[in-house]
This record gives sequence, structure tokens and C-alpha cells, in this order.
Amino acid sequence: MHETRAISVEKVLLYPPEKIWRTLTSGDLLAKWLMPNDFVAVVGHTFNFRTAPMGDWDGVVRCEVLACDPPKLLRYSWKGGADTNPAYGSRLDSTVTWTLTPIEGGTHLRMVHDGFVLPGNQFAYDAMKPGWGKILDSIARVTAEA
Amino acid sequence: MKTLADPTRRAVFERIAREGEIAATGLVRGSKVSQPAVSQHLRALRDAGLVTERRDGRHIHYRVAPKGLSPLIDWLGHYQAFWNERFVNLERLLKETE
Repeated sequence: MHETRAISVEKVLLYPPEKIWRTLTSGDLLAKWLMPNDFVAVVGHTFNFRTAPMGDWDGVVRCEVLACDPPKLLRYSWKGGADTNPAYGSRLDSTVTWTLTPIEGGTHLRMVHDGFVLPGNQFAYDAMKPGWGKILDSIARVTAEA
Repeated sequence: MKTLADPTRRAVFERIAREGEIAATGLVRGSKVSQPAVSQHLRALRDAGLVTERRDGRHIHYRVAPKGLSPLIDWLGHYQAFWNERFVNLERLLKETE
């Protein structure tokens, strides 16, 4: 089996979990800070995040809601990259998990993006490398316009 | 990364990455690939700087070179930057909707 890696970001926010939960689960709000989407907070719902296409990737992140326990836990799959391009070798088949823990005066928010496969995804990375800067730019632009 | 375009060579590389360190003889034993073919792939991986070798008597042990993993680390770095940036946006949005 392949070894997998995860990325995590956590932050204490001075807002109640309910308010943060809305930001994570309202499609309109999500579009403002993450990406345009058709998200609905229902387990089993499949949805997409959309960004600029690149190479053989159409710029669509395909997702499914895997867990939804308001306002504590949200998990969705995150599948992107160009699996149609054999040169990529492997695609990104990962999960994103949001955990909200109430603390005094706010919320501890934690995001874990798991499933970066070692070393297979190197080939996906290699092909995507020139594109990620563009993704970040375009997302920043979308966010600025929103 | 062209070095890894060959699927057999990639399999050899992934096996070394999984095992941590493995002798050439061990690689031959655990695969359907002939000894000369394995040797040839190992040479290519070594020349590309993807694996390093350690000689121990008659055996040569191989491990993935740190450089061989750097594309993955960069890839993770890009995603880390992506999410850090999203968090900043999220916090800004929360502030705006106070």
C-alpha cells in the first residue's frame, strides 16, 4: 500500500460554531471564500467546486458529502486532476474534514485534507505544477470579485 | 520525472520508497522482472538522482533520495498555501458578516 500524507490548518476564531458552520455549508458563502460550487449539506450529495481548467483537467473538483453533523463535523471527498491523461499516472483522490470545537469566546476550527499518495501522486503533481499557481491566482481573483 | 515514465521503473521506485531501504537482490526476488532489467532501472534511477545506493560487501542497498521526494513536498506545499489562503478569506468573510 502507498503511504499517504495530510495537510491540516487550524485556527481559533472569535465566532460561535453556528456562524462558522453557515460559512462552511452555504453555497453562496462558500463561493466567496473557497470556490464556486453546488454544495448542499446532505450526506451523499455529490457536488463540484469549479476553477479554471488547465491541461487535461477541466478545473472541476468532484466531491461527495461523506459526513455532516452540524455544527461540529463536515467531511467531503475531493477528487481532481486529469485522470483521463495516462501520463499523470495517478489523480488526487482525497478527503477534506472540517471539525468545529466550541471554546470560550469562539470556536477552534480544524481542516484536514488527507490522501496525498506517496509516491504515485508525484506524477500528478509533476503535470499539475505549472497550473497550481494559476489556480491560486484565479481563486484569489474570484474571491476578490465576490 | 521522465525517468519515471516507464511503468516498470516506476514500480521499482515505488517499491524502494515503500521498503525504505532494499537490496537489489531483494528487488529481483520480489518481482517478475529479470535481474539485468532491475539493474538497468536502478542505474537509471540513480543517474537521475531519485535513489541513492549504499554498498555493503557484495550487496548494494537502495533508498529514495530526498530529492526524489521533493516534488511531493512541493505539491503538499502548494496545497498548504492554498488552504492557508482560504482560511484568511474565511476569516475576512466572517468579519464582514458580523
